[in-house]
Amino acid sequence: MTVWQAVLAVSLGCYALKLAGLSAPRRVLDHPGVQRFAALVPVALLAALIAVQTFAEGRALGLDWPRTAGLGAAVVALLLRAPFLVVLVAAAAVTAALRYAGL
Amino acid sequence: METTTRSSAVRDGLGVGIAVGLSGVAFGAAAVTAGLSVAQACVLSLLAFTGASQFALAGVVAGGGSLAAGAAGALLLGVRNGLYGLRLSGLLGARGWRRLPVAHGVIDETTAVTLAQPDAESARTGFLVTFVSLYLTWNATTLLGALGTSRVADPAVFGLDVVGPATFLAILWPRLTGSGPETRTLRTIAAGGAAVALAATPFTPAGVPVLLAAAAVLAVVLRSPR
Repeated sequence: MTVWQAVLAVSLGCYALKLAGLSAPRRVLDHPGVQRFAALVPVALLAALIAVQTFAEGRALGLDWPRTAGLGAAVVALLLRAPFLVVLVAAAAVTAALRYAGL
Repeated sequence: METTTRSSAVRDGLGVGIAVGLSGVAFGAAAVTAGLSVAQACVLSLLAFTGASQFALAGVVAGGGSLAAGAAGALLLGVRNGLYGLRLSGLLGARGWRRLPVAHGVIDETTAVTLAQPDAESARTGFLVTFVSLYLTWNATTLLGALGTSRVADPAVFGLDVVGPATFLAILWPRLTGSGPETRTLRTIAAGGAAVALAATPFTPAGVPVLLAAAAVLAVVLRSPR
């Protein structure tokens, strides 16, 4: 699979999923299994993505201190109820500052 | 009275749309840092238009992993937009061909603004304003971020590699900070998902660990009595 194929598959697939939800009959939503799936799967996926994108480089696990500290800054910003964009800027700023300091 | 709720829907929509839309600059930057071209970053923002899936695919490209697994993970994240669509379809009342453009706007932020409105009229207004302002800002800033980063020798210097995980954390956060047994379940699932993904990382191509985490959680959920 080339990068372009992946980009187009994700683009078309994501749109198709949105359209399918809007077009599906209402009783689908009332199914308890669907609701459970809807609540749980994104939580597992997002947590897995955070872990992998923070602590893995390809197949190697490792602790990148500036990146980990940046994620810590995001946690602090979220605890302070900062807006979305501020959370991202705080994380990047801390990571960049620590890298600049040569950690 | 009606004009007041509608103008507050416009205010909500613009606030969320522009603030979140500006973080398109982070996606554009992260995508180019990951090795996507400027055009590929822009196509994802124009056509996929759902941040978490876009960041997920970029992460797999960066890790040099299995693109098929990365695309599958990105699509699995996109499933939640389908579920939002189920909830919004009655409220938005879009029928026939109108469903085609409306569907593109069904994402986290538009759903949050739409469901926060007190009546159907302002719900529709809130949806439209959030969608249009977020779409325009997100795509413009994706282009800016991608172009800017493509001129930088080493984007890691600016800490852009942490933007993806920070984005996922910000989306996940409200689901983990409530109270009650459901929140405890969600925290356990988040911890389990992260652990499975890290455990699988040394043995599988990038992209696969995230899918395994989702599958493991699903298996546990299906087996446990509700």
